[in-house]
Amino acid sequence: MAGSERDMRDAGPGAPGPREPGSGSGVLRQTARSQYLKESSLRALFLACASVAVMGVALIFLFVGLRGWAIFAKVGVVDFLFGSTWLPTEGEFGIWPLIFGSFAVTIGALLLGAPLAIGTAIFLSEVASPRVRSILRPAVELLAGIPSVIYGFFGLIVLRPIIADMSGGLGFGLVTGWLILAIMIVPTISAISEDALRSLSPGIREASYAMGATKWQTIYKVLVPAAKVGIIDAVILGMGRAIGETMAVLMVIGNAPVVPAGVSEPFSTLTTTIVLDMAYASGDHRTALFGMAIILFLISMVLVALVRSLSRFGKQVG
Amino acid sequence: MIESRLHGGAAHGSDEVEAADKLSVTDLDFYYGDFQALAGVTVGVKERATTAFIGPSGCGKSTFLRCFNRMNDLIPGTRLTGRITLDGEDIYAPGVDPVDLRRRVGMIFQQPNPFPMSIYDNVAYGPRLHGVKKKARLDDIVQQSLERANVWREVKDILGRGGLTLSGGQQQRLCIARVLAVRPDVLLMDEPCSAIDPTSVQKIEDLMAELESEITIVIVTHNMQQAARVSQFTAFFLQEETNEPAELVEYGRTAELFTSPEDKRTEDYITGRFG
Ligand SMILES: Nc1ncnc2c1ncn2[C@@H]1O[C@H](COP(=O)(O)OP(=O)(O)OP(=O)(O)O)[C@@H](O)[C@H]1O
Ligand SMILES: [Mg+2]
Repeated sequence: MAGSERDMRDAGPGAPGPREPGSGSGVLRQTARSQYLKESSLRALFLACASVAVMGVALIFLFVGLRGWAIFAKVGVVDFLFGSTWLPTEGEFGIWPLIFGSFAVTIGALLLGAPLAIGTAIFLSEVASPRVRSILRPAVELLAGIPSVIYGFFGLIVLRPIIADMSGGLGFGLVTGWLILAIMIVPTISAISEDALRSLSPGIREASYAMGATKWQTIYKVLVPAAKVGIIDAVILGMGRAIGETMAVLMVIGNAPVVPAGVSEPFSTLTTTIVLDMAYASGDHRTALFGMAIILFLISMVLVALVRSLSRFGKQVG
Repeated sequence: MIESRLHGGAAHGSDEVEAADKLSVTDLDFYYGDFQALAGVTVGVKERATTAFIGPSGCGKSTFLRCFNRMNDLIPGTRLTGRITLDGEDIYAPGVDPVDLRRRVGMIFQQPNPFPMSIYDNVAYGPRLHGVKKKARLDDIVQQSLERANVWREVKDILGRGGLTLSGGQQQRLCIARVLAVRPDVLLMDEPCSAIDPTSVQKIEDLMAELESEITIVIVTHNMQQAARVSQFTAFFLQEETNEPAELVEYGRTAELFTSPEDKRTEDYITGRFG
């Protein structure tokens, strides 16, 4: 007990300082100690929460890794990643077309969706009157609440025919996927970007106006650069959503495991293939699906790291 | 103690030719929605001199100050009647661009508010807005402005560092430099010294004394000694009842207002009887 008491005291700046025995009032010491116990048990609680999250990630990675690693050994890393033929029932395990599909649909959706979302955030935070904002903001948030299968339906029934008319194909393919995903990531990116803009100190807005800057100058020379870190976070999360999205994408891309010859040609992504094949795959095929999950995992980790280091670079320069 | 530091005597003696009014306010009423904050203010602000606005908290000093660069335009629901002229021109006349006005009438706020960018970029912000692009020219402006704001020596080797890494007092002087970089005619200061360290306060009062010969300064301050030290003219505002508009009670030379106020309420305030 004595030992643990000392540990507690030394544990942090919040710990009560040592006291001469008998010199202070007993009541005071008692209160301080119970307070400290409360503080430290709260700290333990939050640490536990954080650990559960981290352990969850570790466990999932471990599970997926154990199930999937054998495919790398069997097929070879290079042939698995860059092989251009995915015919799992005939022993061809090249997932390059799927990796390509995942990247292509994600990047295109980001290029369309991120500017749209950031523009929305700027409008909501800097331009819209409180009344307009009170209508528009819930509307944007509602987009996040729509189940992805509904987006899929919309893409399938509304967008696909239009794109088919314009391109001459069936309309299953990248363009439809881009449009659907772009809309789906808008609420994520715009909500977080808007928070970043609104949490800027109001002083810098006033300062810029008082310097004779117009609203637009204030937005693009002061506010957006100041909120850059938050906006980049928003884009990362949007990217995570886009690369992981399966259902809506599955319904509009035609699902053919090839690198598409055009933007209106069927293709597949890692996630859609995993979902479609998991139902019946067995043996090496099944292992390959877990191998793809590992790759998906690594891709998101690399993307997050990439954007983070870009933003850090940006911060040093700006 | 107050008297001994007044500018009143030699430099601004009454036999000197009186400077013209840089800003002149006639019958100003100001409203936040239904609430009238100011009523019937008529006063002139002398050119190339420092004028202090004093008065108890909530009496509309900031509101009044913000009328001069039309910052209140940015608050929805505000309204103003009466007339304010800058060099004889009505600044609220239709067709006057508030953006252009703010380039001539700079403002310093109570809380230092540098932009989250480098010290250099902070000072270069205004000139860049006005189209100055040449590096050498910008370098000159940045150095001059920081010198005039009494902060050059402290930051000359760290111009690339973020403005927010400076101490509060340095940040405030950086903000002054940022405003001076666009060469305003008028500098409005809303309690510029209330949130910073005494050394910086001294430096700001010094730089104000130096700027006085070039620009017109209006300062809001709660510190009576400061008003007495830095200003030649003082205006005393008072809101007598809550929910009633505030009024200008007395305006005059700082020396006279502080030593022999005409209004009983001014006397009560400067002797610390209320406020
Ligand atoms: N944005 C606003 N909306 C509504 N009322 C406001 C607003 N800003 C100020 N007021 C009111 O106007 C009156 C004057 O406020 P102002 O800030 O000008 O006083 P002040 O003299 O600068 O006070 P202080 O010395 O505390 O800074 C106060 O009654 C205040 O409540
Ligand atoms: Mg004020």
